[in-house]
Amino acid sequence: MLELSIDGQPLRVAPGTTVAAALMASGDHCSRTSISGQRRAPLCGMGICQECRVTIDGLRRLSCQTLCRDGMHVETQP
Amino acid sequence: MNRPVDLLIIGAGPAGMAAALAAAPSGISIVLLDDNPLPGGQIWRDGPNAQLPTLATDVRAQLQHYSNIHLHSGTKVVALAGPKRLLLEDAERGWVLAYDKLILCTGARELLLPFPGWTLPGVTGAGGLQALIKGGLPVSGERIVIAGSGPLLLASAATAKKNGAEVVRIAEQAGRRAVSGFAMGLWRWPNKALQALTLASGAYRLSAHVIEAFGSDRLEAVRVQKGSRVEDIACDRLACGFSLVPNTEMGSALGCEVRNRAIVVDEWQATGLTDHYAAGECTGFGGSELAQVEGRIAGLVVVGKQDEARALWPERQRWQRFADRLNNAFALDPALKTLSKADTLVCRCEDVPYAELADHSGWNTAKLNTRCGMGACQGRICATAAQTLFGWEPPHLRPPFSPARIATLACLDDAGTAI
Repeated sequence: MLELSIDGQPLRVAPGTTVAAALMASGDHCSRTSISGQRRAPLCGMGICQECRVTIDGLRRLSCQTLCRDGMHVETQP
Repeated sequence: MNRPVDLLIIGAGPAGMAAALAAAPSGISIVLLDDNPLPGGQIWRDGPNAQLPTLATDVRAQLQHYSNIHLHSGTKVVALAGPKRLLLEDAERGWVLAYDKLILCTGARELLLPFPGWTLPGVTGAGGLQALIKGGLPVSGERIVIAGSGPLLLASAATAKKNGAEVVRIAEQAGRRAVSGFAMGLWRWPNKALQALTLASGAYRLSAHVIEAFGSDRLEAVRVQKGSRVEDIACDRLACGFSLVPNTEMGSALGCEVRNRAIVVDEWQATGLTDHYAAGECTGFGGSELAQVEGRIAGLVVVGKQDEARALWPERQRWQRFADRLNNAFALDPALKTLSKADTLVCRCEDVPYAELADHSGWNTAKLNTRCGMGACQGRICATAAQTLFGWEPPHLRPPFSPARIATLACLDDAGTAI
């Protein structure tokens, strides 16, 4: 198992899990806050819609196209 | 700058992998790009909850066998960087890659149409949910409604069930006549008939579609219309997708002709642009069997094996007939164009509601006045939906084709190119 943190909360997942799958199973299940303040979660699951974008170790990434790594810090809040 | 690679293939799904394997024995240098972390495309997506068919694992093993195939996973195309040159980016770096020949295997995405509540967490695409489950999303014990159109609904339901979810409803918008006509014709493609039987479900309803999703912070229930009846269903997730639309943006940015939402190719899988080919779903939705044979043809043509490529035409024609039947059977009900309410967001990046768009005469004026399509997805979701809802011709993609780092864009300076 790998351990990463999502908005400061630790989470353990199986190797090969995408960050999108991990965050949909933790916290408020969301990835970002829209420009009008709505919380949003991954939608297309395949790198098209950009709803799943998060900050991973300081860089903006698409969570559905990123695999979880041990020690990764994921942030979903603006 | 480095010497151009002989063949660049964009997209490592069934078409792209087949193209690479068909061209590889000639010994030419091949770069196979994909923006996902692993090859396989959507249908052969790997992950903790994925069960790959033997064919998929075989193909992946064969790719590794060829030292002249260089696979770049997690890599996207950011911009054109001059003739036969593309600006690429992965998690760590940006660079310009020059190529001699190109095969576009950019696949397809789901058609996602707006309806009240579709922005609630808990609502995903139908194939989207399947991809997320394969990627490790736990759904055990969840109540799931699957809706939209096409065989993907059944495939998504099967994946959800296999992973312990209760699929409480599958709402297929197409009617009995169309779908049973399609199913009756499946004897011509025995493996497809078998798949259909495996995927059959008691929760399946025809002529049914979602009209609204409810919930405060996340999805709690959906309202489904079947004929004149309306049914409210409590659920944890709604997976809704209205079949697939080809990803043609890259082809159109390169200057390839796009007609009826598909990149136009001839019998050799060649586009109108010299040395540029396309194969698989980006040339029209047709399933993985068609994608593979198209990929093989393109790969063979690139290395001058026209005779071997021609021998595959009958197989391509057979799967093309299957694709044609599929697309006719699942044609969209016009009622789906009127699901949005005035305040339903159509553009999810810029949060533009339906009412602000509906009075415009076309995409450009709507975009200039409302900012729809100007967010991170560049209209891939809302412009595609607007084409269905309003008949607006979607825009040409502008570089950068997806959000990119400044350091990546700076590579264009090094390459002496203006974006």
